[in-house]
Amino acid sequence: MSRRSYANALAEALATAMERDPAVFVVGEGVPDPGAIFGTTRGLRERFGADRVQDMPISEGAMTGVAIGAALAGLRPVMVHQRMDFLLLALDQLLNNAAKWRYMFGGRFSVPLTVRAIVGRGWGQGPQHSQSLQALLAHVPGLEVVLPATPADARGMLLAAIEDPDPVVVVEHRWLYGLEEPIPTAPEALPLRGARIRRAGRDATLAAFSYMVVEALEVAERLSPLGIELEVVDLRCASSLDLPTLLGSVRRTRRLCVLDTAWTAFGVSAEVVAAVTEHALGALAAPPVRIGLPRGYPATSPHLSAGFYPTPETIAAAVLDLVGAADRSMRREALRRCRRRTPGDVPHASFSGPF
Amino acid sequence: MTADDRALYRSMLLIRRLEEALARRYPEQEMRCPMHLCIGQEACAVGVCSALRPGDRVFGAHRAHGHYLALGGHPGRLVAELYGRASGCSGGRGGSMHLTDPAAGFVASTPIVGGTVPLAVGVALAESMRGGHGVAVCFFGDGCFEEGVVHESMNFAALRRLPVLFACENNGWAVNTPLRERQPERRLADVARAHGLAAREADGNDVFGVREAARELVDRARAGGGPAFLELRTTRLTEHCGPGSDEPLGLRPTSEFEAMRRNCPLARARAELLGRRAADPEFFEAVEEEVAAAVEEAFAFAEASPVPPPEPPGTGLRAA
Repeated sequence: MSRRSYANALAEALATAMERDPAVFVVGEGVPDPGAIFGTTRGLRERFGADRVQDMPISEGAMTGVAIGAALAGLRPVMVHQRMDFLLLALDQLLNNAAKWRYMFGGRFSVPLTVRAIVGRGWGQGPQHSQSLQALLAHVPGLEVVLPATPADARGMLLAAIEDPDPVVVVEHRWLYGLEEPIPTAPEALPLRGARIRRAGRDATLAAFSYMVVEALEVAERLSPLGIELEVVDLRCASSLDLPTLLGSVRRTRRLCVLDTAWTAFGVSAEVVAAVTEHALGALAAPPVRIGLPRGYPATSPHLSAGFYPTPETIAAAVLDLVGAADRSMRREALRRCRRRTPGDVPHASFSGPF
Repeated sequence: MTADDRALYRSMLLIRRLEEALARRYPEQEMRCPMHLCIGQEACAVGVCSALRPGDRVFGAHRAHGHYLALGGHPGRLVAELYGRASGCSGGRGGSMHLTDPAAGFVASTPIVGGTVPLAVGVALAESMRGGHGVAVCFFGDGCFEEGVVHESMNFAALRRLPVLFACENNGWAVNTPLRERQPERRLADVARAHGLAAREADGNDVFGVREAARELVDRARAGGGPAFLELRTTRLTEHCGPGSDEPLGLRPTSEFEAMRRNCPLARARAELLGRRAADPEFFEAVEEEVAAAVEEAFAFAEASPVPPPEPPGTGLRAA
């Protein structure tokens, strides 16, 4: 095992994929620049050359088409968007071409395209640098949309995305980049689909995507000493829900709270709740709860956007209601334990902007 | 060159007669898909494709029967695709607007205007990264020239000096909107030149002239000279979508249709071949017969192909 940050794990996945397969190349605005996409592409150009580690014009639409064309010609492009918001300029290519190409030509083609999309949050990211658009992409058949939440998954799922013969969008939350854990030293691909139980518990299921897995685990850890045992399920893939794992957990705990980094309305969290109620309504002892973003935008001003994002404390409040915790002093203590003492617009106290 | 020149005529004739048969049989309601005919524009497809070599790769858009056939795409699989049969070139999933015959060099066509243009650039990028000698071609219309992605594609192709030909078939109409209502008075080729591309304009109804212009640009791209733009001024004789003529819509004066019919690329090639004694009347009789048989065979192939059972929803989206 070796300790890796989420960002280092992504860099390692790219280097490994490029080393293993000469058809892999990385393209994106800023890929070879000194910032190196928050460190995730650092050193790649020196190691693999300018041909395989490419900067690009600010033409997300055409360049996604170029990547699809290169994929049709047998290469394996990895396209990077420093913010997921920029990917909106490439939706025609992603939804009309990448997602449908295999299908609409009778299976004659394969589009092995990987798109990395980074979700911003805090430090003034504002309305157009913070969007978490997995629902929009997962809505379209043919695209796999995955949200690794741990360094091990970041490396393993990015590797799997690149090895996959079909298009995969890897949604990377910026607040995960500093997360560290020991992971197996040898890089290997991990399945794109399938949920993972990150913490076992009997009282409620917290089914979470991406960065919300971190917050769900934090809440679970802080409530455990008070006798509330939460099960945390990392859903990992938005385009294909792992119903056996999810329903198995809900049948044990009988309570469901879904946590997403995106808007709750019309979002993937709605899909999760729908799937659970369609298949296991009778198992539920309480109405399911969703935690995500309100139907609006985070202002750039941290003063205006205070309260926009859920926090461990607001999550805890919702979970206490869900499990029917009535004891008022216990509730107070639970909320106190989950209260964040760092500013709300940074991932950790030692962070200083900009992103 | 004579046999070659006659082959160009034969290729145009196959496109014309096959599309006429599609138009004639469209009311039978067996072909249950939108269909954009290229009658009047055959010389663009045939002239450009005759400048290509095996290994070159071509993309089309919604009006792509001609490109598919000019490259030698299988006529029966084209008709079967319109008939919705599993033996169609896209397995019945695409219809007229989603054609493919990779073995012939026709990668694919799609009906999202501008959608395939960057794909051709991507194929050229892959070719360039691998040190290959193939050229990519994308056919598109004057309407497509208004899509941002086309200009992004030209910019990138010029930046990297990629071996790609942007072949713009300018028939002056986007659906039922004339060019003058969509673009300012200017030459399309000048816009391409401003992007850093080599550019030429050609009479898109003169198949030999199209071939000459395409050859120069394709050979130049193949030799590492970078991307090129070729504007082909041509005539759409049929309605935007469907089997009929544009004439009854009353958008253009009858005199314009008369002029367009006089400008028929097949009639012009025939006159030229006869004029320079590159072909005699017997050739035209024989090729009519041969093409009629090929068209009949294509429809027979489609009609003999079994109707596929409904496919389970969600089939074929991703590799198993």
